[in-house]
Parts: sequence; structure tokens; C-alpha cells
Amino acid sequence: MKGTTKKYEPISTGSEWTFELIQRYDDEIARVAAHYGLDTYPNQIEVITSEQMMDAYSSVGMPLNYNHWSFGKQFVSTEQQYKRGQMGLAYEIVINSDPCIAYLMEENTMTMQALVIAHACYGHNSFFKGNYLFRTWTDASAIIDYLLFAKNYINKCEERYGVDAVEQVLDACHALMNYGVNRYQRPQPITPEEEKTRQLEREEYIQRHLNQLWNTIPKKEEEATDTVQRFPSDPEENLLYFIEKNAPLLESWQREVVRIVRKIAQYYYPQRQTQVMNEGWACFWHYTLLNHLHNEGLVTDGFIMEFLHSHTSVVYQPPFDAPYFNGINPYALGYGMMQDIRRICENPTDEDREWFPDIVDTDWNETLQHAMRNYKDESFILQYLSPRMIREMKFFSITDNSKLSTLQVGAIHDDSGYQKIREDLSASYNIGNREPNIQVYNVDVRGDRSLTLRHYMHNDRPLGDSTDEVLKHVHLLWGFNVRMESVNPDGQVVSVHHCPPLPQSEDAA
Amino acid sequence: MSYIIDRRLNAKKKSTVNRQRFLRRYKKHIKRAVEDAVNSRSIRDINQGGEVSIPNKDISEPIFHHGEGGVRQRVFPGNKEFVTGDEIKRPEGGGGGGAGQGQASNQGEGEDDFTFQINQEEFLDFMFEDLELPYMIKKQLRDATSFETRRAGFTNVGSPDKLNVVRSLRAANARRIALSGKERRQVRQLKKEIATLESRLPDSEAEQQISLLQEEIDTLNKKIKRMPFIDEFDLKYNNLIRTPVPSSKAVMFCIMDVSGSMTQSIKDIAKRFFILLYLFLTRSYKHIEVVFVRHHTHAKEVDEEEFFYSRETGGTIVSSALNLSAEIIKNRYPPGDWNVYVAQASDGDNWDGDSHICRQVLEQQILPLVQYFAYVEITTGQHQNLWLEYEQIREQFEETFAMQTIVEPSDIYPVFRKLFEKKE
Repeated sequence: MKGTTKKYEPISTGSEWTFELIQRYDDEIARVAAHYGLDTYPNQIEVITSEQMMDAYSSVGMPLNYNHWSFGKQFVSTEQQYKRGQMGLAYEIVINSDPCIAYLMEENTMTMQALVIAHACYGHNSFFKGNYLFRTWTDASAIIDYLLFAKNYINKCEERYGVDAVEQVLDACHALMNYGVNRYQRPQPITPEEEKTRQLEREEYIQRHLNQLWNTIPKKEEEATDTVQRFPSDPEENLLYFIEKNAPLLESWQREVVRIVRKIAQYYYPQRQTQVMNEGWACFWHYTLLNHLHNEGLVTDGFIMEFLHSHTSVVYQPPFDAPYFNGINPYALGYGMMQDIRRICENPTDEDREWFPDIVDTDWNETLQHAMRNYKDESFILQYLSPRMIREMKFFSITDNSKLSTLQVGAIHDDSGYQKIREDLSASYNIGNREPNIQVYNVDVRGDRSLTLRHYMHNDRPLGDSTDEVLKHVHLLWGFNVRMESVNPDGQVVSVHHCPPLPQSEDAA
Repeated sequence: MSYIIDRRLNAKKKSTVNRQRFLRRYKKHIKRAVEDAVNSRSIRDINQGGEVSIPNKDISEPIFHHGEGGVRQRVFPGNKEFVTGDEIKRPEGGGGGGAGQGQASNQGEGEDDFTFQINQEEFLDFMFEDLELPYMIKKQLRDATSFETRRAGFTNVGSPDKLNVVRSLRAANARRIALSGKERRQVRQLKKEIATLESRLPDSEAEQQISLLQEEIDTLNKKIKRMPFIDEFDLKYNNLIRTPVPSSKAVMFCIMDVSGSMTQSIKDIAKRFFILLYLFLTRSYKHIEVVFVRHHTHAKEVDEEEFFYSRETGGTIVSSALNLSAEIIKNRYPPGDWNVYVAQASDGDNWDGDSHICRQVLEQQILPLVQYFAYVEITTGQHQNLWLEYEQIREQFEETFAMQTIVEPSDIYPVFRKLFEKKE
């Protein structure tokens, strides 16, 4: 369809927006999006003020959330920065829900509103609906109801047990939020009503038989002899889940609070793993959709110039030595790769034929949709980062070994380096590499009930200095001693943290 | 299909609760910042909101993360001159040791302070937290402007929205019982007769009589039934009356020595003290008046401008100001209506024979009338006879009289706090 320049009248010429214009742009963009086969949830476009945008920012982008001081801190600092002009607010926030909620700021020009609609309401929206991680991990139709349930529940707890008591539990849970995710299993989605009844049932169940674990009824002789077994028998990666189910001293409302934080953490889990893809996908589509409108004559040249201006600044990647370098820009990398895949499909070079024999000369839209549906950042880069893209970004890989006094350049953008750069870049998006791998290793069921966590070290990297602080939070939830062992790949315990700290020397079993 | 919604008119302050939680949690830090601000600010903007800084490490939310050390592979964009195998010096900025790692900026873990703005209201809240006006009494305001609506029983007339259903039905019930008393008594009588007749059954005469009586009962019951279930007469309405609310009002006397010995800097300190006091009083009283009295050898009631900025020379007779104040109180601010506060600032320099008189005036004429009398002496030198006389008063009037010394501007706020701290 490219190149067919049917001449329509432009939808608008000025920069002022009105609701009628937004409606018209949305209609046109929806038409073009459907033409490209983007499958989306229905959209709910909400026009808000900058102040409301700051509110949305500070409750982690959610339209509603429970109350907590950390959101207040976020709000205060956003407000401060915004007022001083240190940062502009994002043009949009989009929420993975069904219908998909997107916020437009009233200060935006008509061009920006159209850009945001294309980016959020059709780009992100179709990603949320299509990507396998979102499909398995989040339930778009239930999230708003769940948040409402969570907010009300926590409100009720605050009334009953006091703000401080609830805040203490929430603080502790937030510290462990990244460890509240089941990576490999997923329950069937349930409705919020079920959630409520289940919550009551759980409460009652737990009240009735708190835990098999702490059952003090003496066992028969032969059973007692072989109790060297660890509990849990396999290490548990979901710390919050383990605590929710097994912490001996938590009251039932505290368990429910732990659960709420865990559920919300799970909801964010796919977003953390698909940032590059998600943004790249949305940028690719706002670029493609708006250019399509331009080709049809529906938007003016002025419109497209303004659009390109903000588009290019969004997808700009500053070099590593620039003063404002702040890591790899996910928009730049994602957008670049998406465009690159399209190029490989449409105009492959010999190099591409060698590297990507399976996608050259295929339909670019199908290939992109396939990539969007079935990959996350890590695997997406490993699969699709092309030598040409590496050259364009001028990537180089650095090995930082703390035992050596210098940094080594392991690979650069040349023939011998493409593969390594691709692997290293992909690995840096692996959450397992970025965050310490910490699992519940053992509970001393027969003894002092102490909880042992194990940090499985990767590349000899130790834990950071906030570990003791976090352990205090774990201790609060668990109620008994907590110890954290760092284990190297040989199974040797390298270092141990205790909470409460032990004065005497400990045995490194 | 898209829905476009205008949310701009929705509630804006969604984050207010979270913000308050945050302020509550870091009260201690904020209070310290406010104290610093109060001490360092100029007079005019002492009551503005302000910037508050908290060390970042105090408010961080800890999570498990990797520390420095080990082997890391990182990919960067924008290569210019590196080739494979190059060795690069570690960039500066990491911890001093060999394991230094210069990527602190990436982790967002600078040692910067977390700075934010609080508004005037919050600023004053923190500034005056835990302070109280001693012995505040609500006094009747003669020209009361505020009224409160209170319940006051029930009335027979009123508007339908004030209808009290329970009371009305109870009244209706009572009326029905009262007005049907005669009939029901008859019914009871007849029933008793029927009962005696029934014992004679079977008997045709009795049967006939019973049916007659039964008929009679029926007519009576009909009569009772005809009684209206509810009558206009039964309706009761909640009665609301407006009562004037005793509102508290106060007058504050600022007494300052303006003799030659008071330099501009001392007056400045005094002024700050008065302003603090004024701000504090306005938070507790809706209506507050300020009387400025300045004195050298004579006392005079002046306006604010003259109070702070005119300079005179001459000796010092403190009692003149006290006498004048006592007079003003008696004439214009009868203690029955007003809460009277007096703050006196001086460098402590007084004419020798006068201090004794001051004590008498205070003891006899002023202290019985006032809520609180605060004396601040702004001096770097030795206390003189005025202070010594006042010390005797303090022993006598421990509750209403307080005195403190201010040496330099940074003492103002602590002294102020001491004067008005909550008393057990």
C-alpha cells in the first residue's frame, strides 16, 4: 500500500487540539492500524492535567493504588523536578488493562496528542495484548479491580491495626518486591469477586491449621530418624510467596498484605523484561502509522516535521562518553531493531542473508508480529540484533574484572565481535544477571526456626551494601533469625549475613 | 473502538495522602530543616514555605542488589577508537579501593540530599509543632460572628426534611391508644362476658347472646380501626437551633525598649521574636490584635512601622511602658473578653530606681490580667537589675511569667520554643 498517495484534506492544520479532533485522529489511526493488522484492546483515552500526570507518575502509573509513603516520596520529587524545569513530564502513560487506559496531557499540541495515540493506544496496546509474557503473567481485564480490592483491603487494615503497623509490613514487602515473582508457574486467572471470597477462605483456613510445619505433635519413632531433609525440599525463588505461606508468626491480614504486594509485583514482571521491545514496538508503529497518514495527505507537512522532531529526540542514543549518557536508551535500541528487521525483510544485503536466512524476503509485518508475540528483551536481542545494527550503534563490549586493574575491551563492531556483543548485550537484559539470584534454601524446622536464604553468585559478584537493611525486613516478616549465604558455583559458602547480627563466629557449613 | 474521556476536572490531589505519609515518616528530619530555615531567614519571609533537604540514605528503600566486585560484562554504544583487546583505565569515581567501580551514576546512588518543597501551612505546622499557648481560654466574643447549629429536641412544626419518623410514629401510637381507650375497655368487658357465657355452653340462649356480643365487639373494633393511623397532630420534627459559639480572640502586646542602647541588630532580633509570636498566635486565634508599645523614658502606643524603624535616644524607664500597657488592657481589652499576651523585649538596661517599680506594676496590675507574659532579654553582657527583679517575679508567678535570654539571632527560635513548649 505504500506510495499510494490518495489526497485527502488534512484533518487539522493548527496546533490546538479539541475533543472532536482527537476523535478524528483516533478514528484515522485506528483505521490504519487495522490495515496493518494490529490487534488491540479497546482504548480508553483520558485527557488529564499535568498535576494529574504527576499523581499518576507517583503511584507507579496506576490509576489507583494503596497509600504508602514511598509513593509520596516519588510524588514530592517529581513535583520538585518538574517545577524547577529539570524534567518534562512524559507525554503519556499507558496502562496494561482492558480497556487499555492511556493518559494524554492537556498541555500537548495536536501533533503530540496524535503521536501519543499512535504510540500508546495502538503500539503499546497491541504489545500488551500480543506478547506472550503479558499474556501469561498479567490479566488485563482484572488488574483495575484487583487494585481496588487491594486499596480497600489495606485501608481497612489501617483502620483496624493502625497506619504504622501496616506501613511496616508494606515496607518489608517492598524491599522484597523483586523477589515476589513465580518465574515458571502461573495459576489460572480468577475474577475479583472470587479473589475476595478466596481471601476470606484463606484467612479461615490458615487460622484453622496454621502450619503443618510447626506441628509439635511428636512423630513416630521411625519418622523422626530421617528428618535431615531440608524445608523447602527444593529452593524457592519466590521469597514473598514462601513468607506468605510459611512465616510462622504473621497474622492473617499480614499474609494478605504480603500477597497483595506479590500480586502487583507479578503484574509488573513482564514490563521489566520487555522494555526494549515494548518501547521499540510502540515507536516503530507511531512512526509507521503517522507516516502512512502523511502519505494519504491526512496530516500536514508541518505536523510531520513537529512529529519527527520529537520522534528523533526520543530515539536518540548518546554515546557512552557523553555527559548525559545514561545507559542504553531502550527506545533507540528497540526502535532501531524493529526498523532493521523490516529492512532485512524488504531489502536484505548479503550479510543479512547469511545471518538471517529465515527472515529475509518474508513479509515484514508478519515477521515483526511474530517477534513481538514470542520474545522478551533477552531473547529478542539474541535472535535479531544484526551486524548492521551493531555497527550503527557502534557497540563495544567491556569486561570489568575487579581483580584486574584495567578494563578489557572484549569485542567491538567488527566481524569477529558481532556474536560476542550480541550475547553480552542480551545477557545484560537477563533479569537473572541484573539482580542477585536469591532463593529460600532452608528453614530450621526442628531447631530455632531460622530461615536461610542463599545467594547463588554469578561471576563472583557479591551482594551490595543494603543487604543487611533488607534482611531486617525479612526478619520482620519471618519473625525468627534470618541468615543469608552467598554461595559460589562450587557450592562453597563465601560470605554470610545474619539478622539479627551474630556477635560470635558462625560456622560456615 | 475508543472512548475519549475528559478527566481534567477530576480530583487533583490524589497524592495528598501519600505525601502526608511521607512527611509524617520523616518528621524529625523536616523539623530540623525547618529549624535551620527559621534561624537563617530574613524577617519578611519567615512564614513562607520552604525547601527541605533530607540525606538520601535516610529515605532510600533498600533492595537486594549487586555490590562492587566480581566480573561484569557490559556493552556500550558510541565506540570511537577502541579495538578488541584494548585495556582501558578504570574511570574515576568508584570507591577508593582496587575494586572501585565508576558507574555510581547508573545506580542512582549519589550522596545528594533529597530536596523538596513544603508549603507555608506545612512549614508553620512543623515550626510550631509541640508548642502551645499557655492557659488559653475561650472567651465569649461580644459581637459573635460564628454560629453553630445544634440539635435541641423536637417540635410540632417544621419542614418535611426534618421529619423524625420514629418520634412521629410513637406519637401516633400514643394518640391511638389514648383516644381508643373507652372502646377497648368495652371490648375487654364484652370478651369477658363472652367467656362467662361460653362456660354455660351448650345453651341456645347463651349462644344467641354470644353472637350479639360478638356483633357489638365488631362494631367497636371497626370504630377503633377508623381512628386515623397517623394524624398531622402526630408529626414531630427535629429541632435545630443556632447557638453563638464562644470564639477565642486575643490581643498581643509587644513592648520594646527603643532607647539609645538598643541597636538596630537588637531590634531586629526583637522583631523576629515578635513575628514568631504573632504567627503562632494567629494559628490559635481567629481574631487577634496587636498593640505596639515602645518606650524610652516615656512610653507610647505606636503603629508597626514606627515601632520597628524609628530611633530615639534617651534614658530608659521600663515601668512607663508597663503602666501604659496596664492602662490599655483595662480600657480596651477587658480580660473577660480577651486573652492577653504580653511579650517584652529589652536589652536589660534600665534606670536604676525603676526596676523595683516595674516589679510592682507587673505583680499588681498586669500579671493578674494576662494569659502569659514573656520577657526576652537580648544582650551579650551581664544581666542587670531588671533581670534580677524579674527573677523574683518568676518565682511568684511560675505559670504566667517566663523569661529568657537571647544572645544572637540563632537563639531566637530555641528560646521561643522554650517559652511556649508544652507543659505537662
